[in-house]
Amino acid sequence: MSDAIPEFSKSKSGAKSGDGKDVSLTNLSAFASGPGIKSGKEVAAIIAVAVIIIGGIELALRLFHVPLYIMPPPSSIAYALFDEFPLIAPHLGYTLVELVSGFAIGAAVGLVLAAVITQFPFAEKIVAPYILLLVTTPMLALVPLLILRFGFGYTPRIIAVALAAGPMVMINAATGFRRVDSAKIALARSYGASTLQIFWKIRAPMALPMILVGLMIGAIFGLLTAVGAEMVGGGFGLGNRLTTYSSMIQMPQFFAVVLILSTLGILIYVLFFLIGKKWASWEA
Amino acid sequence: MNAGEITTPKLGVQAATKVYHTASGDLLALDRCSLDVRANEIVSIVGPSGCGKTTLLWSMSGLHSLTGGEIRLDGIKITGPHPDIGIVFQEANLLPWRNLDANIRFPFEIKGEKPDRAWIAHLLNRVGLDGFGGKFPRELSGGMQQRAAIVRALALKPSVLLMDEPFGALDSFTREEMNRLVEEIWLDTKTTIVFITHSIEEAIFLSDRVVVLSARPGRVAKEYRVPFPRPRSLEIMATKEVFDLTNRIKMDIVGERTRPKPAERTSAEIVRIRP
Repeated sequence: MSDAIPEFSKSKSGAKSGDGKDVSLTNLSAFASGPGIKSGKEVAAIIAVAVIIIGGIELALRLFHVPLYIMPPPSSIAYALFDEFPLIAPHLGYTLVELVSGFAIGAAVGLVLAAVITQFPFAEKIVAPYILLLVTTPMLALVPLLILRFGFGYTPRIIAVALAAGPMVMINAATGFRRVDSAKIALARSYGASTLQIFWKIRAPMALPMILVGLMIGAIFGLLTAVGAEMVGGGFGLGNRLTTYSSMIQMPQFFAVVLILSTLGILIYVLFFLIGKKWASWEA
Repeated sequence: MNAGEITTPKLGVQAATKVYHTASGDLLALDRCSLDVRANEIVSIVGPSGCGKTTLLWSMSGLHSLTGGEIRLDGIKITGPHPDIGIVFQEANLLPWRNLDANIRFPFEIKGEKPDRAWIAHLLNRVGLDGFGGKFPRELSGGMQQRAAIVRALALKPSVLLMDEPFGALDSFTREEMNRLVEEIWLDTKTTIVFITHSIEEAIFLSDRVVVLSARPGRVAKEYRVPFPRPRSLEIMATKEVFDLTNRIKMDIVGERTRPKPAERTSAEIVRIRP
């Protein structure tokens, strides 16, 4: 009685209940573009450009005698990175603990909520504005409050990371789960598939590319929030190192930490890119 | 087809009626549509677009429930998807994240059965997909995808194969090739086939009978026997008989398309339908 009219529109990935209000921040082309396999020539060119830029900055900074506290030359940043690394490394560990545990909690909750909520389109419509609020509110704003309640330890930071990553994962995963392809579900049903089988064998794999996008954005937002929370309060973590070094005007060390953070961000991107390439390349 | 088979049709459609409840009102897709398909028969269903062909097929498959009437398989009423009925969907409908082997394994995974490897290998060989098991759907041409879909549908050895405009998206040469393949498979397995198509030529080439559905709401308007012996060659398509038959069916469909809407139904079930 409640069957839908069989239709086979070409745009199968259309979000049925989204009404154009999809809030995914990026699309699947993230897996299509980005660091692909590069030829030796391209690699050489990339290295050459990097050498020219870094060398140019080094030369310019030395030529114009730019003071160290405004912009340290790349060589001194590199030196600080090696020299201070034993001192910075534990803080990198603290930040990673916050990031990984906060992200794991946030992503798990976000994924489960997305899977459940998309099964109930009406409930989804009601909850959507609040999720949007969670996505758009910078969770950093809550950190002072969390510190007041939980002190200067890991807890407020992990909560902040979870709050930042969770909604990002959820909103993208929900977009994925909403990509109903009635023909594929009909295929599974024609073999007598249960609702659970349809979820695991059709909906979940179809949602996977969007889930991975959500996880990637969530992890990067988690990193931002972790560092931000560390800057707000507490005596450890890479964010804390940033505030410490800048207050002591130790600019080479400061930039060494920045370098570690950008490497961390790139690693997150590359990790999810590779996972996407392995498990979701059918999309691109 | 001997006389004994007339008593119980393989697939009996009795006064099938289907109403879709849509946002813009109720839509009567099938109106007391009756049709018998005998065992080992190939029946094609043609009709103006939107006439309920696909609805009828989905109802036969048990994927859709009927608003009224019933469909019986071997005399037993169909209430849901049936293991004895295989479906080939429009546009192959392979799962893009699975390679060919995994796609063909899919029905067995759902049912929790062990795939019949010898049979699958035989089918793959039959449709010319040997050695493509590791390929993903996007790496295959449309024709190859549809062949894989046919293998998937036949893998569970259904006694009825429902084909829903399976070759609509293929170019005409590939389509002819696929038509011959379907006939070959039929000669091999004698599976009862219900075939929905927009192409009258395809319907005539393949079928023992061509059924013309009326414009919405769909019901059987005309029925033609296609008497040519099998295996059929493409040459028969150039004969005068086929030409005449094609034209008659075409005129039927054109007639259906321009036929004025039927007067309001009187049946209690149908009165509330807003056209």
